[in-house]
Amino acid sequence: MTSPRVVVVGTGPAGVRAAQALVEAGVRPIVIDEGRRDGGQIYRRQPEGFTRTHATLYGSEAAKAQALHSDFDALRTQIDYRPETLAWNVTAGQLHTVHATSGETAALNFDALIVCAGATDRLMPVPGWNQAGCYSLGAAQIALKAQACAIGSRVVFMGSGPLLYLVAAQYLKAGATVEALLDTSPAMPTLNALRGLLHRPRLLLRGLALMASLRLGGVKLMHAVAPLRIDGTPDGGVSGVVVRDARGAERAFACDAVGLGWHLRAETQLADLARCEFAFEPLSRQWLPRIDDCGRSSTPGVYFAGDGARILGADGAEAAGRLAALAALHDVDHARGRSLFAAEQTALTRTLATMNGFREGLARAFRWPHEQAAALPNDAVVCRCEAVTAGELRRSVFELGSQEVNRAKAFSRVGMGRCQGRYCAHAAAEIVAAAASVPVELVGRLRGQAPVKPLLMSAQEHE
Amino acid sequence: MNKPSLQPGSGGRFVRLAETARAAVHLSIDGAPVTALEGDTLLVALLTHGRRVRSSEFGDGTRAGFCLMGACQDCWVWDEAGHRLRACSTAVVDGMRVRTTPPASLWPVTPEVAARERGEVFR
Amino acid sequence: MSDTTQQRSDVLIVGGGLMGTTTALFLRRHHGLSVTLLERELIGRQASGTNFGNVRRQGRALEQIALANRARAVWGRVNELLGEDLEFVPYGHLRVCYTEQQAATLEQHVRDVQPLGLDLQMFSADALRKRWGIFSDEVVAGSLSPLDGHANPRLAGPAFGRAAQRAGAHIHEHSEVAHIERVGAEFVAHTVDGRQYRAPQLLVTTGAWSARFAQAFGEPVPLDARGPQMGVTEPLPYAIGPSIGVSTPIETEGLYFRQIARGNIVFGGGLKGPALADAVRAYVKPDNTLRQLRELRRFVPAFANVQLIRVWSGIEGYTGDWVPVLGPSARVAGLHYAFGFNGEGFAISPGVGEVMAELIATGRTSTPIAAFAIGRFASAAQDQAITT
Repeated sequence: MTSPRVVVVGTGPAGVRAAQALVEAGVRPIVIDEGRRDGGQIYRRQPEGFTRTHATLYGSEAAKAQALHSDFDALRTQIDYRPETLAWNVTAGQLHTVHATSGETAALNFDALIVCAGATDRLMPVPGWNQAGCYSLGAAQIALKAQACAIGSRVVFMGSGPLLYLVAAQYLKAGATVEALLDTSPAMPTLNALRGLLHRPRLLLRGLALMASLRLGGVKLMHAVAPLRIDGTPDGGVSGVVVRDARGAERAFACDAVGLGWHLRAETQLADLARCEFAFEPLSRQWLPRIDDCGRSSTPGVYFAGDGARILGADGAEAAGRLAALAALHDVDHARGRSLFAAEQTALTRTLATMNGFREGLARAFRWPHEQAAALPNDAVVCRCEAVTAGELRRSVFELGSQEVNRAKAFSRVGMGRCQGRYCAHAAAEIVAAAASVPVELVGRLRGQAPVKPLLMSAQEHE
Repeated sequence: MNKPSLQPGSGGRFVRLAETARAAVHLSIDGAPVTALEGDTLLVALLTHGRRVRSSEFGDGTRAGFCLMGACQDCWVWDEAGHRLRACSTAVVDGMRVRTTPPASLWPVTPEVAARERGEVFR
Repeated sequence: MSDTTQQRSDVLIVGGGLMGTTTALFLRRHHGLSVTLLERELIGRQASGTNFGNVRRQGRALEQIALANRARAVWGRVNELLGEDLEFVPYGHLRVCYTEQQAATLEQHVRDVQPLGLDLQMFSADALRKRWGIFSDEVVAGSLSPLDGHANPRLAGPAFGRAAQRAGAHIHEHSEVAHIERVGAEFVAHTVDGRQYRAPQLLVTTGAWSARFAQAFGEPVPLDARGPQMGVTEPLPYAIGPSIGVSTPIETEGLYFRQIARGNIVFGGGLKGPALADAVRAYVKPDNTLRQLRELRRFVPAFANVQLIRVWSGIEGYTGDWVPVLGPSARVAGLHYAFGFNGEGFAISPGVGEVMAELIATGRTSTPIAAFAIGRFASAAQDQAITT
């Protein structure tokens, strides 16, 4: 194929590097971006008119962020860039988009679709997390990075994962008041975890340095905590966090905002709509689209790269984006793409394998505390959109016979709200599995339905 | 150019830490005049002047956004004409008239249901 | 591991949708017969669980009105009957139209159903505005069936199934029937994993998958699988009581919606989508969704500021003559059918259950169902054979 129609979704590190590879090969892709500016999440750009430097915004990653932003700016005239555009559905060989403000829709025919939809925070519900003032860790970071705000005047960060430390340190540096950092993971990673983390020693050292800076800054740091509840009132919102410490004592921290998160979860809605096969990954206890080492999914013509497929972080996303783009060109028999792919495949896959080793170390060092879901009291809200409690979910198992998560959704409404299960699906699966006494992979995953995000009913038909 | 107060004593939830030398943007929230800064998202405008973005439909209280990246869908508000605005991904614009509760024009109660809710039969 | 012992009951029901579960419940409660129900996957998950949820008598073919009236009587006490809330809301079914010609059709229907025990009320555009005030200027008239309404299809099938089970029916999920044979005066159903169930009477009620069984008993039925295109909005302030639809001969215009107590609007209508019965998969075509949005805005302008949050489809069986297959086999004693409800079975399902239970238990039913006889396809086939 000499002029394949290629569509890239997303302009984070994976999407940008995919677009760049396509342009290098002489292809002009359509690049879909839900945001108003390129950059995705981790390298989210501040609005025009803001003055902070890349060093202030991105710290040790400033050079990478700068390179990504400059490279994208240079690409703009060579791609068909469509910002403020949501990919709301996908069918065989067609991506369906809608513009956020005009309501204009389009059906983009593609020979190859490279989905770089990124990730969101992965949340474990905590009683009271549905109150005003509770945010994801990513939200806390975006408030700072993109709007120069702190989420509150006295913030507690809770959860686990590298982002927990990064955001807390960024807040401290920017002059916010960080009351405490509460990590549900143990202080010392297991040997297995360390082995994984040592795949990327510089990153490991950076993490340790962050921890040190937090201690120096007077932030109360605790490990191996069990979150008990987030206190507050329906009107006023969050007023404090209560946890059980490693010795079993209850500890309370006053605050007006909580940043909550356990690493990341892939955005897989387009994979679901494209009818890609998924597989359960025991290490991270989640369902992920099946991809080969070049990002090919089980649906011909559909490729995944970046955190939307495997949480490898920004560096991994850059390599994965380039590799998926080249693989796509190889697969449609594009001459220049084939030769680039042949030249680079080995090195890129090797890079990704290293990153994957680190990813596995992270998953072990900062584990998803799945047992917290089963331990949630019955009155804890699990589905924030629909205010469905753990008790209602358990009732769907005990009284209504659900043994599987889509059945539990049909009976309890979990996952039926506006966010379509992004923030409750993982915990809901754990609760259903515990109640049904079956392994979590046997309760399945919430099946995605269109639209990927809410579609305003003013959306117009297209030609 | 008005410089809004930095600290939450002004009744807000979010705290501005930097970038305060930006042009003012004038909008209204639930009928009250509010001054935000150019480049603010509507969410930031809402939360530097108040502590809530909306109320949950299901009785569990006020909400103030959650993900700030357009994923959670918990920060949808309205303008006076009933248009939907996702606060975290909408930039403030001079003259915006924002509502944190649905305007009556959005989905008005039918006279028949209004009668039923008063305990009457529609005539 | 297969169990070669044969479980025996008075009645065997193959298919765990609403028709099967309601029949099972009433066979137990009203007639005391033993019942085994075999469901391939999960109770109520196919057409029974994915449909719009209309409980309407208005707009049905006249020969269905008696059955629909019977069903409506059950709906009126369904929560008490099942001990569960099916969210049945009796605030009416309203259908509106865009042309005077269609208004005349509505008026004729009002006259046609009145002697059958259904009282409808016509509304002018002005009267619609006074009572509801949500319609665009294109709507010229409407007809209200004040005692019709809507309910929750996701909950209904499983709730009837649980009630049947509590009443002593043997309900087996994950029990796909491979084939059914006649052994003497009885039927023996073999599941794919080797279990066997036998009974002197059999009800085939496997929705869009029923043609295979009917064919095996020598009674082929032309049955098409189609996917309803459904959608649901974000929750909105509660405003609208009846379920409301556009009455029109133009398929793409025929949208309908209802508001649930939580505030969401469920809608459907327009063109159908692809339903792959063999793969048990049905899809919503994006173009259908966008067309539906356009027609919804045309019908009720306020939809323009509402968000769609989810779409879904299902697998419904269509018989080609828009008439269901209901009643005894024309060829095999003890065999009965209840399938092919053409996307409008939800409302009449409790009536179907009562009627089939009556028919199976006593050999007769007080509700006229002759129009739905499977024998009509045999006659048609014979007629066709004669003319060719």
